[in-house]
Amino acid sequence: MPTYNLKVNGAVHKIEAVADTPLLWVLRDQLELTGTKFGCGIGQCGACTIHINGVPARSCQTPISTVGAMLITTIEGLSPDGSHPLQKAWCTHDVPQCGYCQAGQIMSAAAFLQSNPTPSDQEIDSAMAGNLCRCGTYLRIRTAVKDAAKSMQNGGRP
Amino acid sequence: MNAPHHPFSRRDFLRVTTLAGGGFALSLALPPEAWAEVGQALDDTAKFFTPGPFIKITPEGIITILAKNPETGQGIKTSLPMIIAEELDVDFSTVVIEQAALRKDVGPQFAGGSRSTPDNYLRMRQAGATARAMLIEAAAQIWQVRPTELSTDQGKVIHAASGRSLTYGQLATKAATLPLPAENTIKLKRDDSFRLLGSRVGGVDNPLIVTGRAEFGIDQKLPGLVYAALEKCPVFGGKVVSANLERIKALPGVLDAFVIEGTDNINGLLPGVAIIARSTWAAFSAKRQLQIVWDESAAPGHSTEAYAGQAAILAAAGGTNIRREGDVVAAMATASKVVTGTYFYPFLNHATLEPQGCTAWARDGGIEFWTTSQTPGSGQELVASTLKISKEKLKLNLVRAGGGFGRRLANDYLVEAAAIALRTHGAPVKLTWTREDDMRHCFYRPAGFHFLKGAIDAQGRLSAWHNHFVTFGYKNTERPASSASLSPDELPARFIPNFELEQSIIPTIVPTGPMRAPGSNGLAFVMQSFIDELAHAAGRDPVEFRLELLGNDRVVPPAAGQRGNPYDVGRMKAVIALAAEKSGWGQALPRGQGRGVAFHFSHAGYVALVAEVMVTTDGTLTVRQVTAAVDVGPIINLSGAENQVQGSIIDGISMAWLQEITHDRGRTVQSNFNDYPLLRSTETPAMSVNFIQSKNPPTGLGEPVYPAVPPAICNAIFAATGHRIRQLPINKTDLRWS
Ligand code: FES
Ligand code: FES
Repeated sequence: MPTYNLKVNGAVHKIEAVADTPLLWVLRDQLELTGTKFGCGIGQCGACTIHINGVPARSCQTPISTVGAMLITTIEGLSPDGSHPLQKAWCTHDVPQCGYCQAGQIMSAAAFLQSNPTPSDQEIDSAMAGNLCRCGTYLRIRTAVKDAAKSMQNGGRP
Repeated sequence: MNAPHHPFSRRDFLRVTTLAGGGFALSLALPPEAWAEVGQALDDTAKFFTPGPFIKITPEGIITILAKNPETGQGIKTSLPMIIAEELDVDFSTVVIEQAALRKDVGPQFAGGSRSTPDNYLRMRQAGATARAMLIEAAAQIWQVRPTELSTDQGKVIHAASGRSLTYGQLATKAATLPLPAENTIKLKRDDSFRLLGSRVGGVDNPLIVTGRAEFGIDQKLPGLVYAALEKCPVFGGKVVSANLERIKALPGVLDAFVIEGTDNINGLLPGVAIIARSTWAAFSAKRQLQIVWDESAAPGHSTEAYAGQAAILAAAGGTNIRREGDVVAAMATASKVVTGTYFYPFLNHATLEPQGCTAWARDGGIEFWTTSQTPGSGQELVASTLKISKEKLKLNLVRAGGGFGRRLANDYLVEAAAIALRTHGAPVKLTWTREDDMRHCFYRPAGFHFLKGAIDAQGRLSAWHNHFVTFGYKNTERPASSASLSPDELPARFIPNFELEQSIIPTIVPTGPMRAPGSNGLAFVMQSFIDELAHAAGRDPVEFRLELLGNDRVVPPAAGQRGNPYDVGRMKAVIALAAEKSGWGQALPRGQGRGVAFHFSHAGYVALVAEVMVTTDGTLTVRQVTAAVDVGPIINLSGAENQVQGSIIDGISMAWLQEITHDRGRTVQSNFNDYPLLRSTETPAMSVNFIQSKNPPTGLGEPVYPAVPPAICNAIFAATGHRIRQLPINKTDLRWS
């Protein structure tokens, strides 16, 4: 079985896995980083969203063989202590219902705010359109993203 | 449900135990009366009737409150402990909330029928208030004062006259030695003195969820864990003839592969091929390479098309009478207008975002589970009876679920995990379904056909109603399948002088079951759409027409012999009026835009919605705004309640607009979110949520809003375009207009 040196959340992990193994299952089963969720396995729901070199990616659609030395960030590595403005805004606005989609939502939003720090409502909705929420928390997601954008403008550390 | 009716003494349900190391725990269990009505979500946990701990206070001042019921996203892990905390008078943000495992001493543990709040509200309050009274008594004894001189404030007992105070932690050891106070000495708070109930409280697991540390069913980690996948026959009722097991066992990472013979219980262990592997991916990859010969003979000719054909034939033939009042034929003959309409809603899948699955560990002759079941007690029974293991040897840990919506009222995944766990030689195993498994193996919301005829009299009033309901029976034509029945009391029954309801049943092999507001979730679309047709036929305003139909404020009892809830007309009219007011009902809109109204009563909740839509001439639909008015009595957690209403609206739009499960050759056609879509952020309307907090006992909010959404949207589409939607999902209809 091939081995890979995976850079996840600032640490390097030596991983043995079949080349077509989606990064999702390496993170979840081998590294026990279960914050990244499985929802569909076909790139439809966004529950498995992570960052690869800061860009949002669907980990269920990312074979481990394609990752190389790129930097992977998961929800567990978004901030050391849950203090990312998005994480705080998510709590302030009580966004989660079941919560299953929310790691993916936050990872999509975090990458989005890097590229668009002052988004409109429409821009937020478009950026988040790849992340399904079965429980229907979209309005609160929009509010929380806006709130986090504002606090980042005011110097809140991303 | 047969609630046990043994004599009930208070001692049985409130009990004090001294904790090792001091402190005390107050226990509570529910009396049988509280279990009587659990709607569709019957659960055998009702058999448990021994007390157990709800509140734990240590001398160090750590206050723990037990959350008894399964959390599926409905917020119960936050709201039930809030009720205890209110009466106990503690700062909720400092309380440790502990999820209960399945146990015998906390009363029924299930998430269904929107029953958690109404069934537990008073008992949770009594538990909190009793503990508070005992802490006061402890302080009174220490200070040698009368308890009436003392008050509490957020975790402290205070003697205002002397300025002294002691924390609950300081009092815990003393309180643990006290006898249980007499029931009539326990005073509950006045509702208007609530500090916590009715406020906005964030979900207690939020900090874990946003950092990826909340453990859902799929997230269990155990030493030596192995991973399983299961392939069941895509054709309902199919059995395994043979499979390429040897080749599968030779694949990398695969530890074992074997046939599960299964049983004939469609709610239980079905036949299939299980694969145990070193990782989920190895199991999933091997699953794709399975070559199974199935015996599919059980399901010849079952398809959506065939069902539609059968429905038309049955409708023409006439059905079994379910209710008859007045003289429908005469009323139709003398009517000024008669309207007919054929309505259809399809099968649906719950599509919880977390697919079904379960972790199980067979050891020492027993099995421990980590499960997202909404009815863990029933799950325990199912495993016990299927695998012949004593219930006592089955331990169920309740784990946060990535959505429930009624799917997890069934326990198929639980018994599957148990069967697989017996084959792992003592290793814990996590069974994960793929999304495709989840789409194809469900207890689907049943489809239904309604052949309707209604009459308007010379005064423009709804004078007669005839419905021939064509539904499904599981492999029979006598009894409707699970969640496929229509109560003879369903509105507009009881509100129209001439009323007739007939029923016919198509036999099906498709497993059906409760989904969010079972029954109601299809029926409201039909009833509220057809009432709308009749309002328009009468040339009347749809809100006015509905208020007239409901008549004077009064409580309408269920018909003799019916088990339904009494219908409080005043409460319903109040939410209709509020939704109309808040939505700007009656204000003119440009062509291509329209408002639609719908109301529905289910799960003891009164709901009215007004939807506002826009349809462009090329038929593109936008749901712009949904205004909700809801009366479920006092609100426990305003933030959670608003979440449930918004979520139900989004869910209702998904169902109305996008979702259908179809069948072909005895199998489900859809496979994943590409062909069974959910609404996305860009399609989300503005929402206005308005509560009437009437002085009725609080009732649940996970379900009652959902059914009213499709008719509100469809009625708005009619107002905007003149297109009457009689078949869901809406995207089947060409909405172009000119
Ligand atoms: S699990 Fe990757 S997009 Fe759904
Ligand atoms: S919170 Fe349940 S899926 Fe989004």
